[in-house]
Amino acid sequence: MSNTPIETDVVIVGAGPCGLFAVFELGLLDIKAHLIDILDRPGGQCTELYPEKPIYDIPGFPVISGQELTDNLMNQIKPFDPEFHFNQRVDELKKLDDGRFHIKTDDNQEFIAKVIVVAAGGGSFTPKRPPLPGIEAFEGTSVHYSVRRMSDFEGKDLLIVGGGDSALDWTLNLAPLANSLTLVHRRDKFRAATDSVNKMLALRDEGKINFILGQMTALKGENGQLEEVTISGPEGDQDIKCNCLLPFFGLTMKLGPVANWGLNLHENLIKVDTEKFETNEKGIFAVGDINHYDGKLKLILSGFHEAALMAQQANAYIYPDRKVIFQYTTSSSSLQKKLGVK
Amino acid sequence: MPKIIYIEHDGTSHEIEAEAGMTVMEVAKKAEVPGIEAECGGACSCATCHVYIDEAWQTKTGSAEEMEEDMLDFAFEVRPNSRLSCQIKVTDELDGLTLRLPQKQF
Repeated sequence: MSNTPIETDVVIVGAGPCGLFAVFELGLLDIKAHLIDILDRPGGQCTELYPEKPIYDIPGFPVISGQELTDNLMNQIKPFDPEFHFNQRVDELKKLDDGRFHIKTDDNQEFIAKVIVVAAGGGSFTPKRPPLPGIEAFEGTSVHYSVRRMSDFEGKDLLIVGGGDSALDWTLNLAPLANSLTLVHRRDKFRAATDSVNKMLALRDEGKINFILGQMTALKGENGQLEEVTISGPEGDQDIKCNCLLPFFGLTMKLGPVANWGLNLHENLIKVDTEKFETNEKGIFAVGDINHYDGKLKLILSGFHEAALMAQQANAYIYPDRKVIFQYTTSSSSLQKKLGVK
Repeated sequence: MPKIIYIEHDGTSHEIEAEAGMTVMEVAKKAEVPGIEAECGGACSCATCHVYIDEAWQTKTGSAEEMEEDMLDFAFEVRPNSRLSCQIKVTDELDGLTLRLPQKQF
């Protein structure tokens, strides 16, 4: 988090496959990009939802996994030195008097750019909220979906819910700090790494933490301070006294702040034209799953195409006096020089 | 053609003719049954095609395999009869399969 706004040509909102490929197309035109993503790594849906699963419809790749595709794209855009800002969500986007755009993230990082490319896919990945009535009242005070500072949990009576690496890792990391720690999971099988599970069971056997089989059904507290959570399990209901809850139910995509930027939407998708993939706001483009136009298909290959055409118009805004001569990477020595292959 | 009965949370019932070989999720999406999102398109990656199988059909539909059980951890209000409908293939044996939809998908 820094207080000096970062000034650049283009800010790309989202570092999934289409945001990544946009770097390439812009790079061929000497346009520099910064990318912002709420996840802690590039790849978007590909690495979050299906890193190991095969994709069969990427041109040129009969089969490729989500992670491999992301790795390939990262390699492909390396010559253009993109800068990434992870673990941040773009909250505010507005136009400045000089025609450039001002962005502010939820980490208070500011950017000023001539062109914005919204490659937000299905929306920001947001932690899933457990279906407990009234839980919102405790969020941020006693219910947390991530751990920013471990010391915040010192001395707490902690309840952690989940069976994946997040739940197990935080159980192991916070057990020494907490006053008491209970882990809850709906079944006795875990998705987490076997080693983590074994360490957790060892802590349980030593009496250092509690493990309960079951699901949360209710919570109790006042003024944002949690007091008790009810767990329903195979043996009935239990009320667990706790003052802090960490539910790890995975992530879901939410449109989020994109809805507030004054862009024309069609059923929560950003409307664009099909020549430049520009929104109703000149200088703001949308590529990939987040956009909409007649005939739109939510395919990665569509986003790649959209990025190529977007870059042409972005170039017109950023280098208005430069005449673009269309070139091929196979034969243009100047393009090849930029790619570092000659 | 086997019929599948989808009962929404508010009680609205949809009786849909299904093609054997399609998944229960695909049948619902094709017939535009509300309440099944299937964000990942059937890749067992999102837990938004979550359904509750009626007791009478539990033996015939079978139980979830490991990958589906892992994903069910992420579904909204999981119950013992929860399944991800993208993992259930329609067969003639499932003619009359009755299932209920959760209050919402995450």
